[in-house]
Amino acid sequence: MIKKTASRVYVALIFILLYAPIVTLIVLSFNASRSRAKWRGFTLEWYFSLFENRQIMEALYNTLLVAFLSALLATVIGTAACIALNSMKKRRRAFWMGLANIPMLNADIVTGISLMLIFIALGQFLSRFGMGVTFGFWTVLIGHITFNIPYVIMSVMPKLKQTNISTYEAALDLGASPVTAFFKTVFPDILPGVLSGALMAFTMSLDDFVITHFVKGPGFDTLSTKIYTEVKKGIKPEMYALSTLLFVTVLLLLVLSNRRPGTKRTR
Amino acid sequence: MKKFIAVLLTGTFALGALTGCGSENSGSDAGEVVVYNWGEYLDPEAIEMFEEETGITVVYDEYETNEIMYPKVEAGAVAYDVICPSDYMIQKMIENDLLAEINFDNIPNIENIGDEYMEWSTEFDPGNKYSVPYCWGTVGILYNKTMVSEPITSWDVLWDEQYKDSILMQDSVRDAFAVALKRLGYSLNSTDEGELQEAADSLILQKPLVQAYVVDQVRDKMIGNEAAIGVIYSGEAIYTQRENPDLEYVVPEEGSNLWIDSWVIPKNAQNKENAEAFINFLCRPDIALMNFEYITYSTPNTAARELIEDESIRNSEIAFPDMSSLTDCETFQYLGDEAETLYNDLWNQVKSA
Amino acid sequence: MNNKRNRLLGGPFKVWTIAFTVSPLFLIFYYGFTSRETGAFTLENILAITSPVYGKALLLALGLSLVSTVVCLVLAYPLAMILAGRKSVSSGLIVMIFIIPMWMNFLLRTLAWQTLLEKTGVINSVLSFFNLPSLNIINTPWAIVLGMVYNFLPFMLLPIYNTLSKIDPAIINAAKDLGAGSVQTFARIIFPLSLPGVISGITMVFVPALTTFVISDLLGGSKILLIGNVIEQQFKQVNNWNVGSGLSLVLMVFILISMAVMNRYDKDGEGIAL
Repeated sequence: MIKKTASRVYVALIFILLYAPIVTLIVLSFNASRSRAKWRGFTLEWYFSLFENRQIMEALYNTLLVAFLSALLATVIGTAACIALNSMKKRRRAFWMGLANIPMLNADIVTGISLMLIFIALGQFLSRFGMGVTFGFWTVLIGHITFNIPYVIMSVMPKLKQTNISTYEAALDLGASPVTAFFKTVFPDILPGVLSGALMAFTMSLDDFVITHFVKGPGFDTLSTKIYTEVKKGIKPEMYALSTLLFVTVLLLLVLSNRRPGTKRTR
Repeated sequence: MKKFIAVLLTGTFALGALTGCGSENSGSDAGEVVVYNWGEYLDPEAIEMFEEETGITVVYDEYETNEIMYPKVEAGAVAYDVICPSDYMIQKMIENDLLAEINFDNIPNIENIGDEYMEWSTEFDPGNKYSVPYCWGTVGILYNKTMVSEPITSWDVLWDEQYKDSILMQDSVRDAFAVALKRLGYSLNSTDEGELQEAADSLILQKPLVQAYVVDQVRDKMIGNEAAIGVIYSGEAIYTQRENPDLEYVVPEEGSNLWIDSWVIPKNAQNKENAEAFINFLCRPDIALMNFEYITYSTPNTAARELIEDESIRNSEIAFPDMSSLTDCETFQYLGDEAETLYNDLWNQVKSA
Repeated sequence: MNNKRNRLLGGPFKVWTIAFTVSPLFLIFYYGFTSRETGAFTLENILAITSPVYGKALLLALGLSLVSTVVCLVLAYPLAMILAGRKSVSSGLIVMIFIIPMWMNFLLRTLAWQTLLEKTGVINSVLSFFNLPSLNIINTPWAIVLGMVYNFLPFMLLPIYNTLSKIDPAIINAAKDLGAGSVQTFARIIFPLSLPGVISGITMVFVPALTTFVISDLLGGSKILLIGNVIEQQFKQVNNWNVGSGLSLVLMVFILISMAVMNRYDKDGEGIAL
């Protein structure tokens, strides 16, 4: 009994540790003062002015666009890579898997710096032909795809290993084209892995600051880099309001998606 | 089939988003102007007005210190059209051939800038060829009257044990050394190794008393009573006093830094004429006034100053000090590569002490 | 034929990996081993780590990240055991509860600790209300450790929880039937079986903690320079890519060492498990 209470208290304490900052941010989004330092009464003002703030809205748009596209492309490249890796011999596979995992295992700061250097080098090379590399949307997108690919491979690979090749081969024997055979037999099996990989890639992209920090250009900000510049001069309360909205949205989505299997069980 | 349609839909969405993004940038015929400015140093409304009036799209980027700005411009990976560095940094950029001469025919509003500021600018921009003054001021101490026992007159207070953990220092190399050098009675443009070492030692001595090294955060922390004393630019004084009446600004008697930030156009600018239109727009008295009221940094725009309605601000000793009373104040000069390396090494020693 | 087609599918991946993973790293090696002035081969940039300023930043980063990793492990392990023991609640939900905070932007979450820890902050207001002594850790290394633990705790918790919840209860019952006490069961069955989770948790906390520059920036008041801050400065302020790359290479050595150590332990771990 004591053990049970102790364990409950322990879980509660960790819970407080994890959620105290979240609660703080939510409270600040209702603070009438523009300064983080003072509480000047309750207001909903920031939730309205937020939508008129062009810079924040643009950063939100950029963040979502980069997250969506990088997740999509990383999922396509990563899933295709898994099929290719699976049909390789063991040593070749190990070699490519090792390379694929580098962006995941390496420090973000090193990945960011190395991408920045390659873009600059590429820009110098292209300038000979009258072209150049503009730091902005494309460099950030390429960066995000790069660090997202390993997460996709990580979640698709185990599913692919579990699938039974013989159904695929049977489909081929029965005259299906390889593409049809793949989408009819293998794809449904690996779909959960593909989806969770895409979701993970999307999340990683949303939350990234360090790599974007090094490969972004002027006038192009994601929410993270926007927040970082604001940190130095005082966060605008609209930012707290936006974060609260995003957080609540995700929370609702999770609650809803968690509910469905729950109701099924009771049936 | 359903899945195929879903994939197709997301695909077109992505394409639409991309082309939408592309056309947004190239939509207006007047082109764009890439501005690189200090954080919180321009009223966003002024940008919108400029875009509406001229049809030029403003791409806006911000930096925190001169030292962060310089390498980005030097590297040239990004072509900025108009930048707002401080005095000594403008000198460095001129010496390293990074700036383009401004065509003043495109900036008729330059006449609104007071002569004394143009004259002052020749210290770092001989012949007024490269820069248009934007804001100026002093560096001083902002303190909270309720937390400090006696009125502050000297930099010494930043080394006072009783204010341990209540002191905010500037997080940029020249500003930090200026404080230490002036306190020791040296020039803030010193290149003497002995003097600089002495200044660095005193900054290391001071470090345990410092709550944090910050740039723009001084403002929020002082307003929130987080600290008792902070080193700050005079332009922040009016704003912070408005938010927290207990705050007082003073230029210490040993003298301080008298600075000026001006618009310049880098050599690799892609839209030079748009940059000049932008500078001209900001020199218009009504815009300069509106901007002054937003950022509260002293404007060299004499015509705009006359438009200030609040007399206490128009004649404020903080916003518009009498230059003759600031005899002990100096303007930063660019000291050359060698001295710069020495400053940076010593500053690194301080920061890692 | 079929295999050939499959291999073609790997094309985009291979091109991408070579272009944006491998060649960028080669550039770091290139800059790290060449002189800024002459472009000739040099070890200067690597040896910069022996200077007092950079050396101290590295040692401090190593120290703080080790402390954070240990604290994370000590906090997460019991928590994972408690969570894994609760079969009544859906495990997905529990895990979600600990992942949800990660959906709030990481910079804002870390910044919120500033509001909580400040001298006139939330925690100190509460403490002074109860006449308790104030907590002054903001802008000290302890605030950075707190920030690291806070940010990386889920990375430690989840792998451990995963391995623990996969342990077959029959094994534990068997151990008990054979007369093992709870301490013995833990030391000889549960802990060894969870070792792979512990090890991947340690790597997942240690590497980001060692290389962070954001947490020290936000919670250290710019008074504390870690190796990450120094490298970031070289690229963003000093513009010395050569020294920056040299220091990054040194950092990568530490990352590789920690992974190699983990790998060895991992193999041992499997040995014990078998």
